[in-house]
Amino acid sequence: MTDTPIEIRKPARSQWWDVWDQFRSHTGAFWGMVVFVIIVLAVLLGPFLWHIDPTYIDIRARNQGPSLAHPMGTDQLGRDTFARMMSGGRVSLAVGMTAMLLALVLGTLIGVLAGYFKRLDGPLMRLTDLFLALPLLPLLLVIIMLFREVLSARFGPEGGIFILMVSAIGITSWMQTARIVRGDVLALKEREFVLAARSIGTPNRRMVTRHVLPNVLSPIMVSATLGIATAIITESSLSFLGLGFPPDFPTWGRLLFDSVDYLQQSPARVIWPGMAISMTVLAVNYMGDGLRDALDPRIRGR
Amino acid sequence: MFTFTLRRLILTIPTLLFISFVIFMIVKLSPSDPTGNLPLTIPPEVREQIREALGANDTLLVQYGRWLEQFFWIEPRVYLERSFGWDLGTEGEIRLLSYQTRSPVMDLIMQRMPQTLWVVGVAYLVGIAIALPIGVISAYRQYSVFDQVGTFVSMVGFSVPPFFSGVVVIVIFSVLISTDSMFWLPSVYDTTHQVTDWESFKYQFRQMIMPVMVLALQITAQISRFTRASMLDNLNQDYVRTARAKGVRERTVVLLHVLRNSMIPVVTVIALGIPSIFGGAIITEQVFKVNGLGQLLIIAIQGGDVPTVQTLTFIFAILIVLFNLIADVLYGILDPRIRYD
Amino acid sequence: MKLRTALMGAAAIMAAAPAFADGHEGERGRDGQLNIIYWQAPSTLNPYLSGGTKEVESASLVLESLGRFDNNGELVPWLAADIPTVENGGVAEDLTSITWTLKEGVMWSDGTPLTAADAVFTWQYCTDPAGGCAQASYFDGVEQVEAVDDRTIKITFNAPKPFPYTALVGAESPIIQAAQFADCLGANAPTCTDANFGPIGTGPFVVTEFKANDVIQFAANENFREAGKPAFSTVLFKGGGDAAAAARSVLETGEFDYAWNLQIDPTVLSDMASKGKGTVVTAFGTSVERLHINQSNPDPALGDARATIEEPHPFLTDTRIGQAMSMAIDRALLVEVGYGAGGQVTCNVLPAPAVYASTANDGCKTQDIAGANALLDEAGIVDSNGDGIREKDGIPLKVLYQTSTNAVRQDTQALVKQWWSEIGIEAELRNIDASVFFGGDPASPDTFQKFFADVEMYTNNFAGVDPEAYMANWRCSEIPSPATQWQGANMQRFCDPAYDALVDKLAQTAGIDARAAIVKEMNDMLMASYSIIPLIHRGGVSAHANSLGGIQISDWDSELWNIKDWYRAGE
Repeated sequence: MTDTPIEIRKPARSQWWDVWDQFRSHTGAFWGMVVFVIIVLAVLLGPFLWHIDPTYIDIRARNQGPSLAHPMGTDQLGRDTFARMMSGGRVSLAVGMTAMLLALVLGTLIGVLAGYFKRLDGPLMRLTDLFLALPLLPLLLVIIMLFREVLSARFGPEGGIFILMVSAIGITSWMQTARIVRGDVLALKEREFVLAARSIGTPNRRMVTRHVLPNVLSPIMVSATLGIATAIITESSLSFLGLGFPPDFPTWGRLLFDSVDYLQQSPARVIWPGMAISMTVLAVNYMGDGLRDALDPRIRGR
Repeated sequence: MFTFTLRRLILTIPTLLFISFVIFMIVKLSPSDPTGNLPLTIPPEVREQIREALGANDTLLVQYGRWLEQFFWIEPRVYLERSFGWDLGTEGEIRLLSYQTRSPVMDLIMQRMPQTLWVVGVAYLVGIAIALPIGVISAYRQYSVFDQVGTFVSMVGFSVPPFFSGVVVIVIFSVLISTDSMFWLPSVYDTTHQVTDWESFKYQFRQMIMPVMVLALQITAQISRFTRASMLDNLNQDYVRTARAKGVRERTVVLLHVLRNSMIPVVTVIALGIPSIFGGAIITEQVFKVNGLGQLLIIAIQGGDVPTVQTLTFIFAILIVLFNLIADVLYGILDPRIRYD
Repeated sequence: MKLRTALMGAAAIMAAAPAFADGHEGERGRDGQLNIIYWQAPSTLNPYLSGGTKEVESASLVLESLGRFDNNGELVPWLAADIPTVENGGVAEDLTSITWTLKEGVMWSDGTPLTAADAVFTWQYCTDPAGGCAQASYFDGVEQVEAVDDRTIKITFNAPKPFPYTALVGAESPIIQAAQFADCLGANAPTCTDANFGPIGTGPFVVTEFKANDVIQFAANENFREAGKPAFSTVLFKGGGDAAAAARSVLETGEFDYAWNLQIDPTVLSDMASKGKGTVVTAFGTSVERLHINQSNPDPALGDARATIEEPHPFLTDTRIGQAMSMAIDRALLVEVGYGAGGQVTCNVLPAPAVYASTANDGCKTQDIAGANALLDEAGIVDSNGDGIREKDGIPLKVLYQTSTNAVRQDTQALVKQWWSEIGIEAELRNIDASVFFGGDPASPDTFQKFFADVEMYTNNFAGVDPEAYMANWRCSEIPSPATQWQGANMQRFCDPAYDALVDKLAQTAGIDARAAIVKEMNDMLMASYSIIPLIHRGGVSAHANSLGGIQISDWDSELWNIKDWYRAGE
């Protein structure tokens, strides 16, 4: 408390600096971020240092354990697992993050609108019910049938299928977030501070951004963390069903799925992708934790 | 609240009809074919005849209309007849038949209900029972060892897909442990097993352990995370401080005041999850050969079995709409300030 | 409890009858329960309503036909007293009729006698146009089936039929009981759920419980015609899971006695088998994994003319390119990586039965990348712009290579892609869900009939032992096109009038040697066109517990064709 007068004399600094300071001092969040940055860098820059092509087949070197030539071993066709992990990670991370963001933005938007504006509640929640009820696999078959050729022609086979996957996973996973956010907003709307803010004539837009959104942040953070894992896993089950990326296109989910059969022969093969997915999810989870704490003014500075 | 519930219930009818139509169009438009999984030795003319006999070649509206009639008019009467012995004149009417088995879809669903409820339902209950205490304690003792371990285990558990964790437990408990050991667990779920006495109950219990374990891991992870987050939000609120200042016992503060106020997101997640109990768990069922509703759905999708997919998904939709309504009513009970009128 | 009592009963019998110590012979039902796992579960027990292998094979425990094919592809009499031939007068001189005689005293499991009327009824049942019978092709060309007397069945054909053993022969067209199915003709077929799920048969087992797509329970048929058979009192026929799990339950945990169709990585399978609990068995039929090389142009810019014979492919019609593509493939390695004991290298689209197998194309068995490169260089198809891909008349050799989703196929795709890249051909891979790929939906662009790709890979075969109908698949008239709603079996759009003439000639030729000569010529003609590149002769791979005896796995009929002879050898 003795520091307070000094701080007042300091030049005004934005609240985001406070948030950052708080975030940095959160051990879990800090290490979560370090791990996450390492994973992202490894996946992005790794291929510049490691020159083996992830699709190159060296049939004499198949089913090998970790060695100097192949730090993570090779698969049943003799492809280098390390290279495949890096190239798979790019896709998995991109799919996970984009689909999660898409779901988050859609879910939060619809949840807040439905919870805050009574007139929109009915229609938006019925829409949510509809999406919850849609069978994902037939829906994907339809989407792929309708749009694959169009998108492939425009963005190339891989780009096209990437856009398809991300949007398919994104638009079918926002509903839970929307329902949760709406539930919280419904309760928040009746709280004293919201009533107080409304009584002084705060416009709706500022009500939402200033008072409602910050207070529903924790369920959103949890949804985001779980959303990444769900997106990566959904992508893997889609690849398995033949609806995902082309077969010679590794992703973490696919690497994990392919290696399950070899669980007893070469356990290492399962561990790499499994660990990568878990590490990413954990890192994001801790970052989410830290961010939530940092954004809560009641905890900040504790 | 009562008028709200009533109004919502009436409103669900057009909603569900619309949902059923959208589902029908999607299922019908998706390019899988009822004869797609037959051996290639069956020539195209024969395939065409099969499609014709299934009624898969009629116009979309005719097929949708037929499904509506069968689902809403014929099937309920058949079941009324069966349970009360009445005669409602369903003799000779074509029931809602699956393409693959050529038998009534509703009977297939009823046949699979027990094993699905046993495995997925129990897993859900176990998951909730474990998740709530974990969530509450982790929040109350934020960043304690318990919280750290709980977070770690639940997040790793959540990021491991069941096609992997299922095989791992099978390798450990069915392969590596010898068959004579008391820790050995069957890897194949026996759906013909009937519980009649203590011995058979014990067997049923053993064969349920692994699938329930794998499923409960996912459910626990999810619900405990939401409980923890929501508890954390509330623990720092002014009313908690007030209650403590008034000298209310800590136990009462946490379990009565904070927990109740933290339940809204938890109730939402649980309510959203209950329909999925009836939807089954596709991958887990596949790994342990439970063959419940999830397996029925995936086989039907792969086999282009439109009536089965449509019926299952629609029942699923009914449950979703219903449980979301229940969640809305629960919000009002948990927080009396929420009013819908 | 039931299981335990049964096992104890069986043990008691074993103890009481030391003469039958290894279980070959003895009382019916002495060996207790048999557990079979099919990782794809049967959806019905009426093979006429669903033609899937799983349905046909599970039904073969109950329903039987006049004759069956044994593990060597030989036709053996089953419900018939003997096999009719021209020599014994059973087949008419002009090949337009065949007369079968039933064994004496065969009973349905309900105790009523099997008569020729049941056979006649089966024919009526399957040929009713409103029924959508999946096995209708077995009755192709059958004009009349009549009951001459209670035990004599005469089948008349509308044209000479050199190979008359299709109708009511083999696991796909068994005889069903007229009394049970009398009300199930035509459009009523699906309303008879009880009959479809629990057909009354003449086979060694009867159905006690059927759960569609899940599990079937059978019990020994007390009225079975052979004394002391079957050895098992009950059979549990479980479905579900995947191939690896099924293999594990037999070879590693020992929960099941027999597992079907184990197409998993051979190293994994042999590791499992090395645990000593079970044995892997294979049987070869006519299945060949092959590449179809599109002779028509799949370019989307062509609109409606896309992938039709009017638009020839810009470079794949050049047989030298097809030949180079074939030479670049190391088939032995494909077998080693993906098939193990379940595959053999083949250079023929028709590798079996042995009498029809040509030896003219065996050069393909060894990979020859240098030769393939030389061949293309010689043909003037070279890489002129230095991007590593050859061009023919300025068109780069880039192909889209599609197949159905299946782990082994994806590995094969990856390998082939690499070999082709070594001869300057670039492949883009695509895999499509099997229900879409093999489904005939004319609205989908991804079906194998439409073939909107340059190369596609799948397995095809023919049922039984006669290749006539199969070889007719490559007639010009069989080419799928918009006019035929994309129906037709000539996927690669091969068209040669000389080939069509051979098809007609085969239909009129009798005598196995003369037929074999024509069939070989047809096979070689297809191979020389390089529009179809055979890769692997595939067999059925199954596993059984070491304690199970009497298994003679056959790919010509149901794998379980001789289950009546199976027994439990002592531990």
